[in-house]
Amino acid sequence: MAKTRVVVAMSGGVDSSVAAALLVQQGYEVIGIMLRLWADEAGSGAAMHVNRCCTPEAVADARAIARLLGIPFYDIHAEGVFKQRVVDPWVAAYADATTPNPCFNCNRSVRFGFLLQKALALGADYLATGHYARVVRKADGRFGLLRGKDAHKDQSYVLHVLGQRELAHAMFPVGDYTKEEVRAMARAFGLPTAERAESQDLCFLTQGDYRDFLVRHAPAVARPGPILDTRGQVIGQHAGLPFYTIGQRKGLHLTTRSANAEPLYVIRLDRANNALVVGSAEELGTPAARVRAMHYVSGKAPADPLRCTAKIRYKAREAAGWLHPAPDGGATFVFDDRQRDVTPGQGLVCYAGDEVIGGGVITPDD
Amino acid sequence: MQPFWREAFGNAASLHHFGREAAAALDEAHAILGCAIGARAGEVVFTGCGSEADNLALRGVAFAMRHAGRRGPGHIITTPIEHHAVEATACQLRDLFGFDLTLLPVDGCGRVDPDDVRRAIRADTVIVSVMLANNEVGTLQPISEIGAICREHGIPFHSDAVQAPAYLPLDVNALNVDLLALSSHKFYGPKGVGVLYLREGTPYIPPITGGGHERGRRPGTVNVAGAVGSAAAMRYVARQRDAQSARLVALRDRLIAGVLDRVPDARLTGHPTERLPHLASFVFKDVDGESLLMALDVEGFAVSTGSACTSGNPEPSPVLLAMGIPPAWALGSLRISLGYDTRAEDIEALLEVLPRCVERVRRSALAFSHG
Repeated sequence: MAKTRVVVAMSGGVDSSVAAALLVQQGYEVIGIMLRLWADEAGSGAAMHVNRCCTPEAVADARAIARLLGIPFYDIHAEGVFKQRVVDPWVAAYADATTPNPCFNCNRSVRFGFLLQKALALGADYLATGHYARVVRKADGRFGLLRGKDAHKDQSYVLHVLGQRELAHAMFPVGDYTKEEVRAMARAFGLPTAERAESQDLCFLTQGDYRDFLVRHAPAVARPGPILDTRGQVIGQHAGLPFYTIGQRKGLHLTTRSANAEPLYVIRLDRANNALVVGSAEELGTPAARVRAMHYVSGKAPADPLRCTAKIRYKAREAAGWLHPAPDGGATFVFDDRQRDVTPGQGLVCYAGDEVIGGGVITPDD
Repeated sequence: MQPFWREAFGNAASLHHFGREAAAALDEAHAILGCAIGARAGEVVFTGCGSEADNLALRGVAFAMRHAGRRGPGHIITTPIEHHAVEATACQLRDLFGFDLTLLPVDGCGRVDPDDVRRAIRADTVIVSVMLANNEVGTLQPISEIGAICREHGIPFHSDAVQAPAYLPLDVNALNVDLLALSSHKFYGPKGVGVLYLREGTPYIPPITGGGHERGRRPGTVNVAGAVGSAAAMRYVARQRDAQSARLVALRDRLIAGVLDRVPDARLTGHPTERLPHLASFVFKDVDGESLLMALDVEGFAVSTGSACTSGNPEPSPVLLAMGIPPAWALGSLRISLGYDTRAEDIEALLEVLPRCVERVRRSALAFSHG
């Protein structure tokens, strides 16, 4: 019988390299593909600017690993798709005074859209990535998305956008291991990337932080306005709403402040008045988070309110509460305890134990 | 070629005995290459690649003609189906250096009408450049006729003939060309060696300046081993060319008939008969060319596509668009090159696999319209 063919999304990093090695070891016919993603062309230099996750060195690493594993390797261009589906909506979301997470669109439209299509075209049955998450086939025949075994590395949060169609073709080979185990396997497989540092920042920023990027690509977002306290008093000036995020305390440069006053935090980005609203730590809390379009991994919204937990950021601690699906496809999550830092633009992702129920982008209150 | 990497490592430009040995080998390489294309040894210039040969031809002549005066900023005539080496050079000469540029029309097969060349020529035309055989669709151009028209008007005529030497006899006098670009690896020679034929008396300012290598027309130390290897390769193909071409035309036509018969919504691109003996090219409606290329590679067939996938949003090949092929077809282009080692069994094996691959690529596009 012919081997099952699997395409691995390779980055040259340790996780996807070990994913590829594991699949080869498990007897699959493995093909490596690396996507060339768009990167900010900062400044006016003639030099090529490359995305952090696909520098020439990273491409060379991935190619060398593919060679070591004896698998075919293709690096293919996806700059246009990435710019259109990930970067442009990300900029638009900032312009809309929210704090977006670009990984959602990337996983939905680039990895499990564009790349999955390429994989199927190659005759593969699966697309594997180096994410820390797990896919299971459930008793009812549906596919479930579970957290990765390593609680610290778990990436199910950014994968909540996947549905049945994608999960039917998804594999996450390192999801059953801890990062330490993955590093150990990389050494055992003799992969040269075992000791490489983790990437942290947004992959398409080539210099500076996201604020510099926004100023270059959407200068209109840098519209200064007032900083208000919760009573509506002007206590400072902000440089443009997208430069701030909920819960932020530093860098506010408040003008009207008594020396012994309690610390103030950003509690709201008021789009309508272009005002940044600050308040005390207590005022930072929110009883609920609203999502306009809730995506359910199972493909079906629960009929009744659901008792579950929710994460409001990638690294946030989970909070218990009730998920209330709305008839319009949206949902509201009511926390048992008021939550700090509920940020429009970030994802609200709900879990039943280790299983992802679904999620969506948190909408502003106004 | 081998001794010139090691034992005979002399620089051909040196006077000492090592250099003499290299210089003699280089002289012989010039002579062999020249003889193979009906040129004198002194009219052969070794370059670093075919693209460099095209660049030297266009830049060297365009600026020389401008420098000679009387013609204003100068006017360049070429086609919309050239290799990037000509296309990008002509565009840069237009965009950055003020030359005027005319792209000749081509018909549905990608052929240039010599009468269009006659019509395009102006008093300030500095060079005409038309490729001998197109690399994407294999169509052969009426080079000899075009060359005759250029000569009538006293305008230097360049042809990129990179695709040709292994399959077609080349004679610069029969072709009426003043410049001709070749690339060694296209005729089984080493990679990284190109050849420019530069007819004696053609106006030319060397775009690279330096020492007197290649009689000052391409300064820079010559890749002696590469030049010797190219000469050996040229001898090799000259012996095989006629028999191989006859054999490959039969295989090519078998492939074309098989593909058109077995793959739905498939069209041959380029001229049905006036084409390179070893090249079959197609477009398939609603197929992503890059995916098809990878799918065939996984099955063991190395082919290429004309659709440039430089961004993930596939761009149809400008060559195919210039030939009037609709974008929905042009995105799914496939070029299959045969070679001296290709056997009839290979063609049959490809005909087995290709319909399945096309079908699968079409299906995947329907399943995931990555929206």
